[in-house]
Amino acid sequence: MNANERPQPQKKYVDINHLLKDAPREQHFITGAQAMAEAVKRANVDMAIAYPITPQSEVMHLVGDIYAQGHIKEYYRAEEELGTMSAIAGAARAGVRLFTATSGPGLLRGLEAIVSWPGHRVPAVLGILTRVVNAPLSIQPDNIEMAYMMHCGAVMMHAENQQDTFDMTLAAFAITEKVDVYIPVAVATEGFFVTHAKGYVDMMSEELALNHFDPIAAPVPAMDNETPPARIQRDAPVQKSNFMSYLIHSVWQQEIWDSNARAMKYIYEYLGGPIEVVNPDAEVFVVASGCAAAQAREAQRYAADENLNVGLIKVRAIRPFPIDEIRDAVKNAKALIVPEHNIIGWLSKEVKAAIPNGGIVVEGPRVYGGMTLPVELIMKEIYTALGLEYELNL
Amino acid sequence: MSLKYVTPVDRFKRYLPKDYVELVDFGPFGKSQEEAGPGNMGQFKELIEEHPMCSGCWMAYYIRLVFASLPNPEDTVTLGTAGCGRLAISQAAVPFIYGNYGDQNAMASGLTRAFRLRFPDKNKDVITIAGDGGTMDIGFSMTMHSWIRGEKFTTIMLDNEVYGNTGGQESGMSPKGAILKMAPLGKKGEKMPATSLAQAAGCVYTVRMSPTNIKKASQIIRRAIYVAREVGPTFIHAYTSCNIEYSIPTEEVFADAKAQEKDRFQFEEFMTDAAKEVIERVEGEEKAAKKARKAAKAEGVN
Repeated sequence: MNANERPQPQKKYVDINHLLKDAPREQHFITGAQAMAEAVKRANVDMAIAYPITPQSEVMHLVGDIYAQGHIKEYYRAEEELGTMSAIAGAARAGVRLFTATSGPGLLRGLEAIVSWPGHRVPAVLGILTRVVNAPLSIQPDNIEMAYMMHCGAVMMHAENQQDTFDMTLAAFAITEKVDVYIPVAVATEGFFVTHAKGYVDMMSEELALNHFDPIAAPVPAMDNETPPARIQRDAPVQKSNFMSYLIHSVWQQEIWDSNARAMKYIYEYLGGPIEVVNPDAEVFVVASGCAAAQAREAQRYAADENLNVGLIKVRAIRPFPIDEIRDAVKNAKALIVPEHNIIGWLSKEVKAAIPNGGIVVEGPRVYGGMTLPVELIMKEIYTALGLEYELNL
Repeated sequence: MSLKYVTPVDRFKRYLPKDYVELVDFGPFGKSQEEAGPGNMGQFKELIEEHPMCSGCWMAYYIRLVFASLPNPEDTVTLGTAGCGRLAISQAAVPFIYGNYGDQNAMASGLTRAFRLRFPDKNKDVITIAGDGGTMDIGFSMTMHSWIRGEKFTTIMLDNEVYGNTGGQESGMSPKGAILKMAPLGKKGEKMPATSLAQAAGCVYTVRMSPTNIKKASQIIRRAIYVAREVGPTFIHAYTSCNIEYSIPTEEVFADAKAQEKDRFQFEEFMTDAAKEVIERVEGEEKAAKKARKAAKAEGVN
């Protein structure tokens, strides 16, 4: 059947601010995978392309169900991740709203195509449901793959829980399509811990959906032979001279990273900013993103119960990285504890690079290979930072 | 909109590059093949003029022929990958998408489906034009799966039997025994059976040829495009020799292409019944239109 002949549910199409902020919400108890798919349902996505990998698969199954119900116009299972991500790049040229998702090794398999999306000005949303990158084999949550994703120019959000996954995914569609951004937005969250666990999510009615994709409102218009200016260029830069190709590549990439920086104001507008600070006057902060932020939140609560002056900085935006915000929030801090779900500590490296006194960063605790992150490990670092003894009982 | 899309309003013309205005006024947009087609190449403003290909390059000639044969250039998008071919394809006055290594058929899958969503009543011709390495080696999985999924676009493989652009390495399409870079003792395996693979994967129209006959080669390009619009994936496997890496003297390039017609590129045309139906209908319509134009012209003279 022609995709346009499929049944389409009746919806009211609204602007992102109304959808995210004004529309009444109801509480649901759903998994992270459901939360991501429910966001996709309300995002009025034209086309989604799927390829299985644990723990992502659940997300794209649910997106497939949403397609079958008529909320999405086109959906197929591609051959593998490079094929998936390349097809996203191709479809983007036709001027449609796009979604796909992957995990760990799948992200790396598709990375050649993904890292070229910003340069191709592909306004797509990519779900990253984190997983160990082999070897040895493990399918468990570990967000090491995010480190590979951080340097391509894409905007990156990191969701703490099911609610974040829903809100960030929905906001991602609005951010990626801004004319002064127009680079892909990735929304990452931990596989299993979030994707396969249930949490409370406040959602607006599914009868509401984001306004249609506008292929004209683009810095690089769709290649549809309809949207001016006509693309009958006959001077591919690489042929002109090596110098021209260096120059064009460099100015284009500068524009990508400027676009990335310009996404920050929309992260403020739609998501309340790139960081969340709890107890801003604290001496010691736990700085964390994703699932680690949930554990850090618990540690901050335990510390408060014990009358310790500890704060939390949850980092929502990994790219653009909130350098100024973090620098400002920690200017009076004595120690920053950075718990992470990966071995290299990419967040602690980012935090260290962001502040003038990187020596106050405690690198860890870190768990990897998919282990859970006991709050006690964070408590031990808090106590140590405060010069107190802590008896670690795991 | 698409013809209008390339046509500037008159008062704006004076501000546009001369090359652009000439393309609109004297190019093939919105014209028939008799007005601007392979039969009178050199007499109209062609979609491709400048290119950096080597002297005597048979691939450059075939690419020029592909662009002169397009049934609907103002509504066509081409996709390609690394290789010599894209150096010329990217200089044609048709939107060209250059992605990553060998991903042209995956990109075209997304593009074609999205075009059909947005423009269900229009023909947006999508054509991937890539070399033997891009189509059958690095892009093999994506090529095959686009065919297996029945994606409705045309794949053209420019087979020069070597990685020409990277300096002459063996490819899956190199003939057995060929001594090339990365095959210093001669290629061990056979040349890949591209058209058989295409047929097994579900292509509804496949041709293997050495394009020495302009009229025939052009007709096949158009057939492949027309069939892809309605029926399913189509594939042209064309011999486009590399006179540099295979040391073919420029004046012998054509003779070599002729010789290949009796060797590895014996003409083979396969079509399903559904493809045949489209071809007969379209060619019948074209013939009738040509006859009508002739009659109108004769009437005009009288």
